[in-house]
Amino acid sequence: MSTKFSKETYLYWYGLMQTIRQFELKAEEMYKMAGKIRGFFHAYIGQEAIAAGVMTATRHEDPFITAYRDHGWALAKGTSANACMAELYGKATGCAKGKGGSMHFFDKENYFFGGHGIVGAQIGTGAGLAFAEQYKGTDNVVVAFFGDGAARQGMLHETFNLAMLWKLPVIFVCENNNYAMGTSIERTSNVHDIYKLADAYEMPADQVDGMSPEAVHEAMARAVKRAREGDGPTLLEMKTYRYKGHSISDPQKYRSKDEVDEYKDKDPLVQVAATILTSGFATQAELDAIDARINETIEESVRFAEESPWPDDSEVLKDVYLDETYEFITD
Amino acid sequence: MRTIAFREALREAMSEEMRRDELVFLMGEEVAEYNGAYKVSQGMLAEFGPKRVIDTPIAELGFTAIAVGAAQNGLKPVVEFMTWNFAVLAMDQILNTASKMLAMSGGQIGCPIVFRGPNGSAGQLGAQHSTAFESYYANIPGIKVISPSNGYDAKGLLKQAIRYEKDPVMFMESEVMYGDKSEVPEEEYYIEIGKADVKKAGRDVTIVSFNKMMKVALAAAAELEKEGISAEVIDLRTIRPLDWRTILDSVKKTNRLVIVEEQWPFASVSSEITYRIQKEGFDYLDAPIRRVTSADAPMHYAPNLVAAYLPDVPKVVKVVKEVMYSKK
Repeated sequence: MSTKFSKETYLYWYGLMQTIRQFELKAEEMYKMAGKIRGFFHAYIGQEAIAAGVMTATRHEDPFITAYRDHGWALAKGTSANACMAELYGKATGCAKGKGGSMHFFDKENYFFGGHGIVGAQIGTGAGLAFAEQYKGTDNVVVAFFGDGAARQGMLHETFNLAMLWKLPVIFVCENNNYAMGTSIERTSNVHDIYKLADAYEMPADQVDGMSPEAVHEAMARAVKRAREGDGPTLLEMKTYRYKGHSISDPQKYRSKDEVDEYKDKDPLVQVAATILTSGFATQAELDAIDARINETIEESVRFAEESPWPDDSEVLKDVYLDETYEFITD
Repeated sequence: MRTIAFREALREAMSEEMRRDELVFLMGEEVAEYNGAYKVSQGMLAEFGPKRVIDTPIAELGFTAIAVGAAQNGLKPVVEFMTWNFAVLAMDQILNTASKMLAMSGGQIGCPIVFRGPNGSAGQLGAQHSTAFESYYANIPGIKVISPSNGYDAKGLLKQAIRYEKDPVMFMESEVMYGDKSEVPEEEYYIEIGKADVKKAGRDVTIVSFNKMMKVALAAAAELEKEGISAEVIDLRTIRPLDWRTILDSVKKTNRLVIVEEQWPFASVSSEITYRIQKEGFDYLDAPIRRVTSADAPMHYAPNLVAAYLPDVPKVVKVVKEVMYSKK
């Protein structure tokens, strides 16, 4: 069977998706079983094909920004599993020095502008990152991710208008997993196809199979080309599905097990593994070896997080101002 | 020395810093082709062009987000709000993104940005155009709040904010001050943020104020002088960080403190000053610390209700006499 993408691409996709999947399964275990991780925890599991396809269609220097379902994006941009796991633990060695937690991963060196906690806010901030790239005259493009819930915020509309007006090099990627927490998309608007929201601003838009890295890559590549060439933004609605609840504390009474199982049949990891095997890119034994290496990396990240120190108490008044002379009120 | 209007002082501050640094740009409603709703940015589009003097649609949340993202990615935006009353729509970006991202990212992502515009009341504009916001923003760790009372201070502080500040700055002006003339030298100067200024020396009582209420404070001091009461008048200039040491030094001399501000009374700037001075200067006080604020209500339209709402000279004189335990 011939494939559109190379052996290297498929093996990269498989490795990245497996890394995100195994990282989150382990993190969830450490949250639920060991009580090592606290706070809100939103798993990306099920949506990994979007990370895979977006990564191969962009460059390292292209800034990414997303909401609080951010573990997968940090890992995709190159943040180490150690730094991610330590951040979940709240340790000083975390990717935000233990100050962010699950929802607020950051890695500026890897052009990851973070996990943001106010639904939809990062749509506008992301367009601002793109404004800076355009102003400085680079040909970098920004990818701003958000969920279907955020599509109902006013921020989306103000930002779409401005991004089109100024032809900002930004790609708006809606990871539509069908649920704004527990509210299905049909219950949040009369408009169920989110990509159509772009029409009001004459913004190019596409609806994409977000369970397929191939489809994601192809749609992204078109949007990236347009943005790099100065032709402005694109909205891509990626139809995806999260297998887990909205957050770790979500009992998921709003959807049936059959619905979840139906999507699990389309699991991108299973699909990509099947393509790799049928195309002869790797044997099952070789995939097993990749899994084992990833497993070791994840296990190591837990050891690293366990052994890392907490932030010093004095950190409470650090990273608040860049002005090092700022005198805080302490009583 | 030459005298120029407050708005010209602001314009000079922005223009000088934009000539110095290509990364500085001005964005806001009507700042470019209209030359500014209050003509602060008059002529700047002609000098700097549309890349750096940028008109926005009426979308405070959206354009503030774009400016904040631009600041996080290497630029130095100056954002003009037509009034701080409209900036409430952008509060999420200021509070949850601009002020917190440095901390949330463990020090990776700063936000060097200046937000500026007119603040507080400006005549009979009704409740929604009349709020004074210094105390709102001063409550937020991670940002600084400047509120000058004259063109000289405004220029030096704004230049300082644009050139040297790496943290988000809220810069509060006033519609009714834009035409005020003050002496501003031709030579370049900067004024350090976080330093109050004693605008009038005195012996008997300390009056602290800022922004356009400085006029009330100084006029009240002149009135009191006629009656033999010598008031020292301190202009805060910066609200956060608060230069309480200058206030305390004055109170050590006068033993009495009255604060005049346009904020609402609850959790206001005067509340914070009062806490700090009672703690640091308890033994120096000969009377309770008092204040004159706006009324604890939205500002109404009718002219007598505007007057009844705002601090004025008679109200300040009366409170000063009370802390002096004067008979008349």
